[in-house]
Amino acid sequence: MTTGLSAGLGLKPQHYDAAHAAPADGLWFEVHPENYMVDGGPRLAWLETIRGSHPLSLHGVGLSLAADARPDALHLGRLAALVERFEPALVSEHLAWSTWRGAYRPDLLPFPRTNEALARLVDNVDRVQQALSRRIAIENPSHYLRIEGHEHDEIAFLTEIARRSGCGLLLDVNNVFVSARNLGFDAEVYVDSFPAGYVDEIHLAGHTADPSLGEALLIDSHDAPVSPAVWSLYERLIGRIGPRPTLIERDDNLPEFDVLQQERRRAEAVLCAPARQAA
Amino acid sequence: MSAGVNPSGRLRAFQDGFAAALIAPSVPAGGASDVPPEIARLVAQPGFAVYRNTVQKGCIDALQANFPAVSRLVGDEWFRAAAMIYARANLPRQPSLLDYGSDFATFLAAFEPAAELPYLAGVARLDRFWTEAHIARDEGLVAAAAVAEFAAAELARVVLHPHASARWAWFDDAPIVTIWERNRTAESIVDDAASLAPDLEWGAEGVLITRPRGAVLWTPLGKSGCAFLEACAAGETLAAAATAALYADPQADLAALIAQTLDAGAFGRLTLRGDDPGEPAQ
Repeated sequence: MTTGLSAGLGLKPQHYDAAHAAPADGLWFEVHPENYMVDGGPRLAWLETIRGSHPLSLHGVGLSLAADARPDALHLGRLAALVERFEPALVSEHLAWSTWRGAYRPDLLPFPRTNEALARLVDNVDRVQQALSRRIAIENPSHYLRIEGHEHDEIAFLTEIARRSGCGLLLDVNNVFVSARNLGFDAEVYVDSFPAGYVDEIHLAGHTADPSLGEALLIDSHDAPVSPAVWSLYERLIGRIGPRPTLIERDDNLPEFDVLQQERRRAEAVLCAPARQAA
Repeated sequence: MSAGVNPSGRLRAFQDGFAAALIAPSVPAGGASDVPPEIARLVAQPGFAVYRNTVQKGCIDALQANFPAVSRLVGDEWFRAAAMIYARANLPRQPSLLDYGSDFATFLAAFEPAAELPYLAGVARLDRFWTEAHIARDEGLVAAAAVAEFAAAELARVVLHPHASARWAWFDDAPIVTIWERNRTAESIVDDAASLAPDLEWGAEGVLITRPRGAVLWTPLGKSGCAFLEACAAGETLAAAATAALYADPQADLAALIAQTLDAGAFGRLTLRGDDPGEPAQ
């Protein structure tokens, strides 16, 4: 771990004051850069204030790296301006697409992991890293569909992107758990196989069962505490790869800042636990 | 697209098919003639609805966040139904959703179910002005003292440039500003103009919205004030802007108008006609 970051929290406007006042002490904050792509005003001023007291991570949702097109020049330019201004400790994006033929869909959409998609992703990640003059990390998304025509499994695909482009990886443990349940694979095997050397950041979040299908279809809703099963996977992962910057991600049904701090301290305790024997 | 990256076009075909299925009202599970079989088999899986719902909810939530007064005025259910129709035809152009709905007021003005709420488009316009003021670039303010420094002869040559955050509007036929303000600041949902404002006087109104420092503020503005700011925005001198204000309302109190707009933070820059190379000579 070269960043010196311990456990961090997603930063929401409702928590600006409490976040700014919280002791630094390894604490860092992550925001979606899309919410700060404005010309001026109080949002940027607030982010300046937070950045003055805590390290920052920019976690993008809109670059659409897996689209069969280059990243949108306007969007990439705005991201580069934020990176230059706020000098974030971490910058990340998703293995997904959203913007296609000039329209943005607010989601992280799936695609067949073919050699064609791999070449496009490597090229797009390379373009982004050049535009930002820095390394980014790519996150494994949640899956809800059995897609036909995959030519690579997800870990091999992510590893190849990282190897060819020089990017890092962001392992979202909740996404692994949700996808494993939805697609019927073993979450522990996935976490055990993930390439330790590329992991720049880890995400932990809550999920919910689909309102009509129940536990058979889990939704990566970010509106609940991290589940016990995801904590177990996380402890197993850290036991194997050692400490990495870990984010408690909460976007909806926001509790008080102190409640998020409690979850964060639990992650911190896992990160600080004496290294275990390799699994 | 560079040919080296895209040898087969399969990814492109997948994304065209998936994107179309996401916003289609419904795709038959058996596969309609224009839906590729590969996409039809995805749509048939229960998980496809997760993507469809997330995209829909993301668009609607963004519109509801950007148009809070409209939402309070018509209620949650009506707003979300209207927003869904808008979103299907107008997906966001950019991932920064603060900017989503820039033409939502125009949509509402032509939206058949809103025909009985003629003030709705105006309220949407003011919600949009609030957002534009909120995210406008930072700029200093012209203080009243800076204008007071000029001798009378020079004053006629002064050009006041509206602040980057300043927005103004005059509504001839309805108290849009009062309706907007009461819904923008209301704590409970008010579902019609009569109950939200029993004391509402049905008449013309105008408003000036600014962000002089951190927060967005608004102040009532007369017809003459709107004409005055229009002239300033067009690069007219103070003398010409004053004439425009008096043309709009011969009774206008010019000194009070200039003091009010300066005090509200309506101006970001002051130049003298003839001294500013950026100004076309008149």
